[in-house]
Amino acid sequence: MKKQLITLDINDQLYQVAVTPMDILVDVIRKEIGLTGTKKGCGQGDCGACTVLIDGKPQLGCLKLAIACQGKKITTIEGVADPVTGELHPLQKSFLDHGAVQCGFCTPGMILSSKALVDSTPNPSKEEIKRTLAGNTCRCTGYILIFEAIEAYVKARAEGEVK
Amino acid sequence: MGKMYEVSNKYHEYKDYTREFTEVGRSIPRLDGAAKVTGKVQYTDDLVLPRMAYGKILRSPHAHAIIKSIDFSEALKLDGVYDVITGADCPIPYGIVPHNANEHALAVGKVRNWGEGVAAVAARDEATAEKALELIKVEYEVLEAIVDPRESLKRDDLRIHEDAPNNIAYEGVQVYGEPEKALEESDYVLEQEYYSSYVNHAFIEPQSAIADFDNNTGQLHLYATCQVPHYTHQQLSKVMELPMNKIRITVPLIGGGFGGKGVASQADFCSAILSRKIGRPVKITYERSEVFATNNGRHPCYMKFKMGFDKNGKITAVDFNNIMDGGAYAGWGIVVLFYTASMVHIPYMVPNVRFEGKRVYTNKPTCGAHRGLGGVQPRFAMEQMLDQAAAHFGMSPYEIRKLNAAESGYTAKSMMYVPHTEYKKCLDEVVQRSGYLEKHGKLPYGKGIGLSGGYYISGTSYTLYLSYKPHTVATIKIDEENGATVFCGATDIGQGVDTVMAQMAAETLGIKTEDVKVIPRDTQISTFDLGTFASRLTFATGWAIRKAAEKVNAELFPVAASMLQCRGEEIAVKDGMFYSIYEKKKKHVPWSDVVTMYIESNGPLTCTGQFTPPRRKGIQQGGNIGHSPTFGFSAQIAEVDVDLETGKVNVLKITEAGDCGQPINPMSVEGQVHGSIQMGMGQALYEEMKIAPDGKFINPSLHDYKLPTSMDMPEIDATIVEAFDPSAPYGGKESGEGPIQPTAPAIFNAVYDAIGVRFTEMPLTPEKVLNAIKANKAK
Repeated sequence: MKKQLITLDINDQLYQVAVTPMDILVDVIRKEIGLTGTKKGCGQGDCGACTVLIDGKPQLGCLKLAIACQGKKITTIEGVADPVTGELHPLQKSFLDHGAVQCGFCTPGMILSSKALVDSTPNPSKEEIKRTLAGNTCRCTGYILIFEAIEAYVKARAEGEVK
Repeated sequence: MGKMYEVSNKYHEYKDYTREFTEVGRSIPRLDGAAKVTGKVQYTDDLVLPRMAYGKILRSPHAHAIIKSIDFSEALKLDGVYDVITGADCPIPYGIVPHNANEHALAVGKVRNWGEGVAAVAARDEATAEKALELIKVEYEVLEAIVDPRESLKRDDLRIHEDAPNNIAYEGVQVYGEPEKALEESDYVLEQEYYSSYVNHAFIEPQSAIADFDNNTGQLHLYATCQVPHYTHQQLSKVMELPMNKIRITVPLIGGGFGGKGVASQADFCSAILSRKIGRPVKITYERSEVFATNNGRHPCYMKFKMGFDKNGKITAVDFNNIMDGGAYAGWGIVVLFYTASMVHIPYMVPNVRFEGKRVYTNKPTCGAHRGLGGVQPRFAMEQMLDQAAAHFGMSPYEIRKLNAAESGYTAKSMMYVPHTEYKKCLDEVVQRSGYLEKHGKLPYGKGIGLSGGYYISGTSYTLYLSYKPHTVATIKIDEENGATVFCGATDIGQGVDTVMAQMAAETLGIKTEDVKVIPRDTQISTFDLGTFASRLTFATGWAIRKAAEKVNAELFPVAASMLQCRGEEIAVKDGMFYSIYEKKKKHVPWSDVVTMYIESNGPLTCTGQFTPPRRKGIQQGGNIGHSPTFGFSAQIAEVDVDLETGKVNVLKITEAGDCGQPINPMSVEGQVHGSIQMGMGQALYEEMKIAPDGKFINPSLHDYKLPTSMDMPEIDATIVEAFDPSAPYGGKESGEGPIQPTAPAIFNAVYDAIGVRFTEMPLTPEKVLNAIKANKAK
C-alpha cells in the first residue's frame, strides 16, 4: 500500500512520518517515531495498554488510524513528566509511591486514563475511578493500589500540596 | 534465642542479626519504578537492532493433522522476504524437562493443537512477513481431535504421540502410610469429585524475542521475554547445536510472567534459526492469539478425593486421584503432576496419603506452569471438603482447620519439612478481622462468607536435570566508581526482585538500598540463577547475597577498625557509616572512605556467595517434587453477594492474612497478595479457555477471555502476620504464590454459605448459579 507523509503532534512536538492509510497509531508511535513507552498488549482494543490522550481524551492507539490523527494533540506517556526537568508528574509519583506499578506494562495506559480523569474531574469518586480504568487491564496489581494512588493524588491536589 | 545464623567471621558477632533491620522491611518504591511510570524502560519488543528483520509464524488452523506438504516458493518470491523455515529446519526436540522433551520450534510432520507453528518467515517488515504467510501453502490431512483427557485415555487407537500409549504423558502413584486401612477405620469419610478449569496467565506483554546471530564469531545473542533464561539457554544450545558458551541470553524487563514465560517460546527458537540463516537480527513478537495458542497455563484437573476423619474431626487419610489435561506436549507436565500430589501434605497434618495421577495428552494448547502451580487445583477441592466435614462434626470451618493445621518443625509423611509456619496465626487473624464466626451461617439468603487456607513452596530443592550445582550465585563488586554492585542472574518479571535484592544487599553491607546497583537477567554478565519459578528468589538470592555481603564485610571491617582505631568486633556499619558501637559520635567513618582505603591498600574487592538448597531423603516416585527449603502460608475469607435474579456472584470483600516470614518490602508483598487474589478470583468466576470439540480455540482474545477488571475487584483487607523464619536469610519467604491458593475455595465456600449449594467446578458462572437456584426452588 502506498505511503504518504503525515504530520502528527505528539507531546507538543511535530513529527513527519510516512504511513499507509492502514497503519494504526500505536505502531506509528512505537516504530516510526520511536516513542516505545506506549505499549501494545493485544492489538484488538481489549487491554488498554496502548492508551494515549487525543485532545485530552483517552483513546486506544490500536484502534486509531494514524492518518486520522492529524491536526490533533496527542499525549503519550513520555509527555506526562515535566518536559524541561523530566521531573515526575505528581500523579506518576503517586503511582510509584503507592506500589501501583509492578511489571509496568499496563502502567503508561493506566496513567494516561487516570490523568484524563483527574484533569477533567476535580474530585472523582471511587466509582468514577473504577469506571475510568475499566478498559485498562492490569494482571499484576489487582488494581487496589492503583485506586489508592489516584485517590492520594486527588487528595494532595485538593489540599494544595501538589499541582 | 541466641544467634540465629552461622556467621562467617568474628566481626559479625556484633552486627545484630536480630529483627532490627534498616533496609529490610522498608516499603521502598521499586528502583525501576520511575522509569516505568515515564515509559522509559525497555521491554523486548521496544528494542530495535541495526538491519533487523521481522519474523512471523504461520500457525495451524487444525488441532490434529498430518502435514502432507508445505510449499513456500511463492512466499520466497515476495519482495522483502529474506527466508522461510519449517519443521525441517528444527528437527531437534526441546522441553523444559529434558528427559521428556517432545516440542519443536515448528511442527515436525504433525500438528497437535490449534495454533501450533508450522512455518516462520523473516522479512523486511511485519506487513511483508504477514503477506508472506498468506502465500505459504500447507496441505493437511486432518485427524480426529481429542479435547477431553478422560476420552483421550480410552483412545489408544488415536495416539497424539506415538510413544504415549493411551495418550498418557506420565503417570505415578505415591502411597504414604496405610491410606486404605485408615479410610476403613475412619469415623467419617467424604468422597467428592472436582474439576478445575483451563486458564491462561494473560500477562499483558505478549512474548517477544530478538535473535542476533553473528556469523563471524558464531555467537548467538538472544533478547527474550523469558523468566527462566538458564533453562532456555540449555534448550537453545541443544536445538541450535551450539555450545552454551556461544549463546548469550539477555532478558530486558518483562511485562508479567506468572509462569507463562517459564518455558522457552517458539519465538526464541524461530528467531534464532532465522537469524543464523539470513545473517541479520530477527525479531518475533506474538499476537495475543499466539499467547493463547502457546498457552503453558494451568492444567485442568479431574479430581476424585476421599478424605477420612476420626471422631474428633482430625484428618486420618487422603486418597487423591487426579487426571490432568496436559494439552499437546510435555512441557512442565510431570512436575505439575507431582506438585498436585505434594500439595496434599501441607498445611494440614495428613498421616496417610494415596495419590494416583495421570497427565494426559489432548489436542489443546499445552498446559504448564501457572502461578501456584499444582496447588490451586487440589486446594480448591480440599478446602471445600474441610467445610463439609466441619458441618458433619458440628464444628466451625475455622475450628477444623486449627485442629488439623501443622506447626513449625512439622515433617509431613512425604518428608516435606516445614521449618517455620504461622498458619494458625493467619487463620486467627482473618477470622477476627472479618467477624467470620458472627457471620458464617447467619447471613440472609444470597449473602455468604467463606474461609480457606493455603500454602506454597518458597523455593525448590532440585533442578530439572541431574545436577549438584548451586541454584543461585551472587557476586558483589565494591569499588569507588559504583559503590556496591550486585551481579545476580535472577529474573524480575514484575514481582520486584531487583529491588528486593538491592534491599538485602544493602542490609548486610550497611548502606542505603538506593545506592546498590543490581545487574540481573543476563547469562553472560550476571552470575548463575536457576530461574523465576517456585517462589524461590527471595530465599535463594537472599542467601547468596548475604553470604557475598558478609565476605565483603570481612574485608572491610579490619580496614574500618584501623581507620577508627578500635577493635573490629567493636564496630558496626549502618546507613553508609562505619562506627564504634561504644563511641558512635566520636568514632565514625563513611563507608565510601573505607572502600577507598581498602582499594588503595589491597586492590579490587569482589566477593561471591552461593545458595544450594538442602536435599532430603526417603522419597517416593516424584516425591522430591514439592520439597522446598521453607513454605509461605495464607488464609482468606471471602464475602459474597449472589444476585438471585441473574446468578452473578459479586465478591464484596476478601480478608487475607499471610505468613511470608519477615517481609523484605511490605508494599511489594501487598501487591503480590492483591494480584494473587485477582487471579484466583478470575479463575473462580470468569476465566476459561474454550475449545470446540474439533479442537478449535473459541476465545483466543482478551475480549472473549474474561479477566477481572477494575470494576470487579472486591475490597481487600490484607495483613502480614508477625513472622520470622529463622531458616531464611533475613527471615523472609515467599508471598507471590501462596496467596492465590485460598481464593477460589474461599469464594466457593462463601457461595455455599449464601445459597446452600456446593459447586465443584470452576468457573462459577452466573448460568451455573442460576440453574442451581432454580433447582433449589423446585425442591
